[in-house]
Amino acid sequence: MASAPQDFRFGNFVGSIVWLVFWILIIVTLIGLPLIFITLFYVPLPPVNGEVLTPYLFFSMMVDPSRTLPIIKFLIHTDIFRVAVFPGFSYAALIAAATIFIERKFLAKMQLRIGPLYAGKIEGILQLIADGLKLISKEIIIPSGADKPIFWATPIAFVATAAAVVALIPVAPGWVVANVNVGLIATFAFLGFFPLFALLFSWASNSKYPFIGGLRALHQMIAFEIPFILSALPVVILSGSLNLSDIGSAQHPFWFIFFLPISAFVFFISSLAELERIPFDLPEAESEIVAGWLTETSGMIYGLLQLGTYVKLYALAALFVILFLGGWTGPQIFPMELTPGYTGVKIYNAVTVNAAFWFTIKTLGVIMLMLLPRGINPRIRIDILLHTGWYKLIVLSFINIFIALGLVYGGILGPGGLLPG
Amino acid sequence: MTDFEQKVDETMKMGLQIVKETEEDRLMTLSVGPQHPGSGHFRFTVKVDGDYIVYCDPDPGYVHRGEEKMSEYRNFIQNIPHLERPVIHDSNNITYSYSLAVEELVNIEVPRRGQYIRALASELNRQVYTLYWLAIYGIFLGHSTMFMWPTGDRELFIDLLEALTGARVTHAFNIPGGVRNDIPEGFKDRCLRQIAYFEKRLVEYEDIFYNNPLFRQRTEGVGTLSKEDAIRLGVTGSVVRASGVPFDVRKVEPYDIYNEIDFKVQYMKSGDSFARSMVPFFDMRESCHIMRQLLDKMPPTGEVRTKLQPNPKGPAGESYKRVESGRGALGYYIISDGSPKPYRVKISVGSFRNMLALPFLLIGSKLGDMPSIYWSLNYWPVEADR
Repeated sequence: MASAPQDFRFGNFVGSIVWLVFWILIIVTLIGLPLIFITLFYVPLPPVNGEVLTPYLFFSMMVDPSRTLPIIKFLIHTDIFRVAVFPGFSYAALIAAATIFIERKFLAKMQLRIGPLYAGKIEGILQLIADGLKLISKEIIIPSGADKPIFWATPIAFVATAAAVVALIPVAPGWVVANVNVGLIATFAFLGFFPLFALLFSWASNSKYPFIGGLRALHQMIAFEIPFILSALPVVILSGSLNLSDIGSAQHPFWFIFFLPISAFVFFISSLAELERIPFDLPEAESEIVAGWLTETSGMIYGLLQLGTYVKLYALAALFVILFLGGWTGPQIFPMELTPGYTGVKIYNAVTVNAAFWFTIKTLGVIMLMLLPRGINPRIRIDILLHTGWYKLIVLSFINIFIALGLVYGGILGPGGLLPG
Repeated sequence: MTDFEQKVDETMKMGLQIVKETEEDRLMTLSVGPQHPGSGHFRFTVKVDGDYIVYCDPDPGYVHRGEEKMSEYRNFIQNIPHLERPVIHDSNNITYSYSLAVEELVNIEVPRRGQYIRALASELNRQVYTLYWLAIYGIFLGHSTMFMWPTGDRELFIDLLEALTGARVTHAFNIPGGVRNDIPEGFKDRCLRQIAYFEKRLVEYEDIFYNNPLFRQRTEGVGTLSKEDAIRLGVTGSVVRASGVPFDVRKVEPYDIYNEIDFKVQYMKSGDSFARSMVPFFDMRESCHIMRQLLDKMPPTGEVRTKLQPNPKGPAGESYKRVESGRGALGYYIISDGSPKPYRVKISVGSFRNMLALPFLLIGSKLGDMPSIYWSLNYWPVEADR
């Protein structure tokens, strides 16, 4: 049991909290409110429901439920909402947080233990928040002789790049932050940055174990990048597009995993390697090189890298869903008409909600599959890993490229093919 | 110079030559331990050229406690609690051979029931030790389930030993003259239930760990120790048995009642890391078999301990006794000058002898093989330092 320090005074504790609240209120009123009003004064306010939105109107709408809906609708369709909340970062971070919790409980069940239990009363559901608070409150130690700017910049760039991959992922028809016509290639371009970060960070740490870990990360990711891209090629052949939204909607009746099981397998294995998850966690091999390229991380630097890793896990699982599992397609289970009686306004778009639901379910399923090898496999050795990447997976991915070409030229799939889609 | 010495010399020279021939910049000296998750209380320095280990220098002694010198200042009974400290999770075996040696010195007989209980405690403790070893081997290879399962099942054996001796790890159960106390009521049924459960679990271990293709890839053909080298390096226990030498002290020079027990010496012929990890697993299975027989043949009633004088002493003389511990032959050489305190105690442990094979196997192998070779040597740093 943790106990309070000897000189603990409850009055002092409450006093410090009151003091903190006082300062926050002072700062908000003196700086925050003027800032808001200055911004509102200069920004041209958009019309909502035919009325020009002024701060006064905004506040009056907030207290009237029948007028709040249009505001929410308006907010939902802004770009900032897409980037920050729904298909963008908050959604990804939420799934990442759920992944961490699921991983801990799931592995615990596999290994005949209980897992997090106390934080948040119910099955330790707030354990992640407790861990985050702990990481934030820890000191960040930078090794002497480290390259400070790079040491600081790399974790931030790591998370930013992981979030950039998320921006390209469509969650429902029309719901994507950046609808790029070469979305698939852009995704691989962003994923190509990660070995660079591992190497930069390990070099900047100025230590031996991170250095070996960084080199291993580089070897591993280059060896698996090629089968990774090659396994996505048949999908492009079948759908005839590089746009991820088009790829998703192209597999309406039949998912591509039925035609391309080998590609899907190669893609899955390569994404495990890309994520440095357990059969392929050589860059962090604990018993050999302490913690690999993460050895010198501490406090929130470690937290950021972990966040980035799990956001990346979400991105790759989502990519798998879009390329092979039909994206957001699925039977319509939400009722098309659902209107609260007194307003007559449709409160949700049934198609979008249905699509987002199926997408989330499928993504979580793929994430569960990605967590599974951690419970049943030991770590692989570097030479076996390189052998697997360069010899086996590349050959396997070529097989399915030929199958895809045969399907298209045989007139079974693709434009004018026998099967619809 | 024998051909074996020549081979050792060549191996070391090979390492040194690579060190000399290549530029110094190519090599990186890595200190593995004592502040390293892959070493325990032990340090060895390796030099790596790329991914290959070209030089290895074991440096034990971080947990030296002077057990041998301490023994000279205490009498034969007082020595027991501190002598089990080097391997607290195999304490019944490390005190077993001490008790045997002292019994020879003071010239007493152990009652038959005492001998059986002693052997039973020793086998139970072998399971506890081997499960712990297996758990660490699992986590060394990155297999977290194989860390959790054995540590969980080990608890059940610890509970049995707690019921038997009263302590979870440091039992101080074996004493010259027998064991401290009789087995509790209902212990036999409980023990048989636990053995039946554990044999089921062993099959699951085999499925998830030993038959895993990734585990096999990592360990098969790695760090091969041939039969001749194993004998000449003087390794013992599971390491020498993995190289094809059926050497088990319980069979070769049976102590107490082991000559009445029917069991096979488990050994393999390949001598690689896989065999070294497999032999302790077979040992666990065989140990279940032995425990069943012990519980069966144990005399239902009787003394468990020969009463000694308050300060037992024998005539001046010396004795050497060894038993098969979890890490191989564990012997005590005790010289007595006729006083109640030993004149000199020398502990010969399996760990230290197995460590000698470490540089021999590591030089020329890959850095990624280091954990699988190091921990397959069945080495417990605290015991080696004594």
